[in-house]
Amino acid sequence: MNQYFHSIWIDTEKCNGRMKCLRVCPTQAIRIRNGKASLIQEKCIDCGECITACPHGAIVPLTDPFGELTKFRHTVAIPSPALYAQFGREILPEKILTGIKNLGFDDAFDLAFTCGEVSFAIQEYLREYRGPKPLISNACPTVVRLIQVKYPALIDQIIPIELPRELAAREIKKKKSKQLGLKEKEIGTFYLTPCPVKMISIKQPAEKGQSFLDGAISISDIYGLLLSAMEGIEKGSYRKALENICILGIGWAMVGGICRTLRLKNSLAVSGITEILKVFDDIERGKLRNIDFIEAYSCTQGCVGGSLTVENVYISYNKILKLIETLEYEQIKACPDIREVRKLYGQKYFFIKGKFEPRPLKPLDKDLAKAIKKRKEKEDIYESLPKIDCGACGAPTCLTFAEDVVKGEAKLTDCIFNLPQRFKESSQDFSDLFNKYSFRSQTKSSPKKEAKKERQ
Amino acid sequence: MMMSEENELSHHFEITGGDFSNAGRTSTSIKEILQEIGIDSSIIVRAAIASYEAEMNVVMYAHRGLLTLNVTPKKLHLKLEDEGAGIENVDLAMKEGFSTATDEMREMGFGAGMGLPNIKKNADKFKISSIPGKGTSIDITICLDKTEEK
Repeated sequence: MNQYFHSIWIDTEKCNGRMKCLRVCPTQAIRIRNGKASLIQEKCIDCGECITACPHGAIVPLTDPFGELTKFRHTVAIPSPALYAQFGREILPEKILTGIKNLGFDDAFDLAFTCGEVSFAIQEYLREYRGPKPLISNACPTVVRLIQVKYPALIDQIIPIELPRELAAREIKKKKSKQLGLKEKEIGTFYLTPCPVKMISIKQPAEKGQSFLDGAISISDIYGLLLSAMEGIEKGSYRKALENICILGIGWAMVGGICRTLRLKNSLAVSGITEILKVFDDIERGKLRNIDFIEAYSCTQGCVGGSLTVENVYISYNKILKLIETLEYEQIKACPDIREVRKLYGQKYFFIKGKFEPRPLKPLDKDLAKAIKKRKEKEDIYESLPKIDCGACGAPTCLTFAEDVVKGEAKLTDCIFNLPQRFKESSQDFSDLFNKYSFRSQTKSSPKKEAKKERQ
Repeated sequence: MMMSEENELSHHFEITGGDFSNAGRTSTSIKEILQEIGIDSSIIVRAAIASYEAEMNVVMYAHRGLLTLNVTPKKLHLKLEDEGAGIENVDLAMKEGFSTATDEMREMGFGAGMGLPNIKKNADKFKISSIPGKGTSIDITICLDKTEEK
């Protein structure tokens, strides 16, 4: 059994080993072995870049099939606010929630309201926090995992406030079980997700707590069904539907939405893994100490850019932005009562139960002296490589290949540039050489010296 | 210090004065090396901050510099030697808040006068010497083996 559960699965039947995934992976977690992609579990942060990059659909997000609903006596859908961005401008959350009920769910819950509560809770936390800054939003599970793996020193700067979808599921289970006289486990809560990483954050929360959600269904899986389920719905008053939208919660669908709707003066919003890496490097160097809060999403433009959404990311981003502008202009709030939120905050209602722990990558060796030796070996190997990152060996870069060789996970002769060089250096029979040097990774001496020794 | 010992890792990084677009690369590389050999994350942060500040001092005030990283199982050693204007009054430069940064540098968020004090704060041993008109050299050590601390 693997230590880490991941939300992606590689279908080796479909995989042609084309290396697209190899190149886009931000944590170098993919290798091509025997012509097929494979995942290094401990390195993967579930960003889903590989899913989007694969031209053959061989990397599949693991979400729950729609059929899971039948396992429960009562089912509630909890759509990510990003779902609200998937349809035309006139289609407001009210209609979408009705459509979801038409799909076969017993109820559909407007998560935007809970998001609003959590926005206020974040504001409270920012107010009383006195530790190192900036604080980092935990809304994106990939960002949390990135910190655990690559920036363990920033772990205490992740906001320890529970995610809206978890709070919502917790409350729904509590309320509905009382109302309907059912057990909590008989009530199925399903998150409608814009990205696969939410799936693992349900199966394996980063803080090692337990999720209150029973599953996640991909927005792209239900999109078509939902479109037709909304067809017959009578057109209500646009104004009235607008008045029910919590502006704070809508903000959660896009990058910068939390900062904007809370009107945080001293905050940054960043999206896209490569951009996040730059910002996190700066935080680690102490360059951004004057910033209070960072909203970071691994997908471009935030959750509207998730790999399981349907609408063009810029169109959906714009829909949310215009909606926020309209609500601001019309001065519609429909948000939770801040006094109520403060009261609950005081009772620790919003805090996560577990604790975020670092998950640093395994070093080259547990023993520092040995690790230093291996690092030097790695550098020597790297120097002998062509440094063009062709990927033919199955590793994304020459540097990662050198690391794989040192770790004994690859052979030096896997590098196609190494083969002809070996031919030149010796007049000996190729097969003889090949057999000898495939074990070279374990010895320290250079191939030249070894070849000389052979001749003597 | 003996060079190229069996269990000593040594790296040189060249830093160019005025090269703001590449500023920070050296400290990122150092961080990655230390992560790979399994140094504790709290020590990595100290080394990353110290090397970043040292790097920025070269970028902002010197023509060029060479940062050398040496790691043994017992300690981590960073040595910076630069060619440039040097520091007129080292004692004054070590004071928090003292800075000779230009307005442009300040606009970019530098020049708070925390650079050198920050390097010192993150080091177990700290040495600085400077010849005005020639350059500055900074030597810092961070202990890795807790029993080694004095």
